[in-house]
Amino acid sequence: MADSSALIDMQNISKVYQMGETKVLALNGVSLSIEEGEYVAIVGTSGSGKSTLMNIIGLLDSPTEGVFQIRGQRANGLTGRQLADLRNREIGFVFQQFNLLARAPAWRQVELPLFYANVARGTARERALEALAQVGLAERADHKPEELSGGQQQRVAIARALVNRPSLLLADEPTGALDTRTGEEVMALFEKLHEEGLTLVIITHDQEIAERAHRVITMRDGVIVSDSDAATATANGFRNGLSRTAPAPLPRPVAIEQDEEKMYEAV
Amino acid sequence: MKLFRYFPVAVDSIAANKMRASLTMLGIIIGVAAVLTILGVGRGASANILDEVASQGTTRLTISPSTESEGEGAGAPVQTLTMGDVRALSDAAFHPDVVEVVPQYGGSIQLVAGSNNKQTRVTGTTADYAEVHRLEMAEGRFLTEDEIAQMSNVIVIGTAVATDLFERTQVVGESVRIDGEPFTVVGVLEESGNAGFGSNDDSGFIPIGVAHGRIFNVPRYRGEYIVTSVSANAVSEERVEAAEGQIEQTLRLRHGLGADDDNDFTISTQASLLDTIGTVTSTLTLLLSSIAAISLVVGGIGIMNIMLVSVTERTKEIGLRKALGAHTSDVLLQFLIESLVLTLLGGLIGIAISYGLALLVQRIPNFPIDLLIGVDALLLAVGVSAGCGLIFGLYPALRATRLDPIEALRYE
Ligand SMILES: Nc1ncnc2c1ncn2[C@@H]1O[C@H](COP(=O)(O)OP(=O)(O)OP(=O)(O)O)[C@@H](O)[C@H]1O
Ligand SMILES: [Mg+2]
Repeated sequence: MADSSALIDMQNISKVYQMGETKVLALNGVSLSIEEGEYVAIVGTSGSGKSTLMNIIGLLDSPTEGVFQIRGQRANGLTGRQLADLRNREIGFVFQQFNLLARAPAWRQVELPLFYANVARGTARERALEALAQVGLAERADHKPEELSGGQQQRVAIARALVNRPSLLLADEPTGALDTRTGEEVMALFEKLHEEGLTLVIITHDQEIAERAHRVITMRDGVIVSDSDAATATANGFRNGLSRTAPAPLPRPVAIEQDEEKMYEAV
Repeated sequence: MKLFRYFPVAVDSIAANKMRASLTMLGIIIGVAAVLTILGVGRGASANILDEVASQGTTRLTISPSTESEGEGAGAPVQTLTMGDVRALSDAAFHPDVVEVVPQYGGSIQLVAGSNNKQTRVTGTTADYAEVHRLEMAEGRFLTEDEIAQMSNVIVIGTAVATDLFERTQVVGESVRIDGEPFTVVGVLEESGNAGFGSNDDSGFIPIGVAHGRIFNVPRYRGEYIVTSVSANAVSEERVEAAEGQIEQTLRLRHGLGADDDNDFTISTQASLLDTIGTVTSTLTLLLSSIAAISLVVGGIGIMNIMLVSVTERTKEIGLRKALGAHTSDVLLQFLIESLVLTLLGGLIGIAISYGLALLVQRIPNFPIDLLIGVDALLLAVGVSAGCGLIFGLYPALRATRLDPIEALRYE
């Protein structure tokens, strides 16, 4: 295996979704390593497997095949309880669909990770309000999702991802619903936290945002087609992750035949 | 300690779905209210009867013949309690603790006045009957010693008999016919109010000698008329047992029973009667409560049903909570405590309803029974509803824990 000091290390990861008779190959042999303190953008066409990759990195999903390690530990060797604790303490996850509780006010949504981290109620509320203030929603703490705009909902989701001070932030299109100015503010907040040591992995369709990252990974049809990796990227404040995207690889079928059963046994 | 953290979560989630929560609780509410009300009615009824019995005096003893047939023969049972026994028991020298020994011989017979008639239980007895059974007179007086001795054709009747025969109760001096023989009404009993236990409204009393000699065809045993029962008073409440012993000794001797023979009579005291009544009412209450408890089970199944729906409906929420770091135990406890809070709330409302009913019943004048709800019944209700919550909430909660976070998050 590769460098075991890496925060995240993936070797030959595949993910197959079974859809009745057909199988969908969402990830097809992805190998990737992310070091502590990196600032990574993942770009790629819709359906290229970015969210699938993110779910695996965030310990929400397990690969069908391949080895996934976090801090040198194989994820499939961890118990459900250990995985839950890692998700709670180490990882902040901004979901593409926000995933807010329908009937809870904003501060309760943000407080949720602290509830499972056993933070005392008073402290938890305080920290939730702080996190909301960070994303400019101090005034909206008592509003329920249905009383918030899409961008405000997205910022609640961001506050929730940051509230337990994770060491790794996984953000799936965190500025998708935000206007340029608010998006800029959120990115500035992320980058400030990055300066303080937070590892950032951001999925984006926005070229400007991708260009701010120190490393850009481009995906297509379940494979990484280009990776301007940290070593080359950091040297010159490298900004052209998107333009350096390799020419389109051979088109490959996304739906594969059913008889490739062996794929399921690995994990 | 940590458990308490889940209560606000449960309350929030219940409050977010008030309509569903109240429908869910309905089963528990009705079940708890039904059980408590029935327990309360049972307790109230039994307290009432016990009061009634106690008000008739606690020193009374009643001797009745045993009904088992004598020996192994298949013949008719031989009745051995007679007027001779009554005379013997009246001897104060051998029965220092027994006073007022009163024989009774009764049967159902037709009373006629003018064109009216009524089938009535008529009892032949002596003057002391009124004292021993604490009879109150509405009109006139009870039978006198003289009338007993002279076997006069006189009768004392209850109010129901009076109104049925004469359409009024002031009937002292009127005449009623039994078997064509005229009897003069000398007294009418006070209405006893409750139509049930121990009421004399529908009865008549005549001198024992008249009953034995002229009205009923009474068999004799060893030359003496038999009686259907004998009542007596003990000199005091403390001496009831002593009196019982003295009576038993005399009767065994007179009936020629050997050391191995069982009594051919039964002596019941008010104390033993109270015991019996207590047993009967508590058995009845238990039976009715068990029926009501079925509604609790039905309510519990309702809870399970709703919790299952709730788990499915909130699949996404469960996925999110797991994604944010909830352990399996967190999810389990969240749902268990939610159903616990639901059932406890239902239980408390049920308790409040049964208390409301109890207060209401107390305000109805002359309502025959009280609704008495004891602390034990309350604890039972709370315990049972909490138990329902835990038992019927467990399966849905377990279902919730089995959800895979990412699958659950994708659920629509
Ligand atoms: N639960 C699922 N079941 C079946 N197929 C799935 C499932 N989730 C994703 N897929 C398929 O896997 C592929 C990759 O999906 P993924 O969500 O990772 O794309 P993405 O790169 O995040 O796209 P987008 O930019 O639109 O969010 C797609 O073809 C999608 O249809
Ligand atoms: Mg996606």
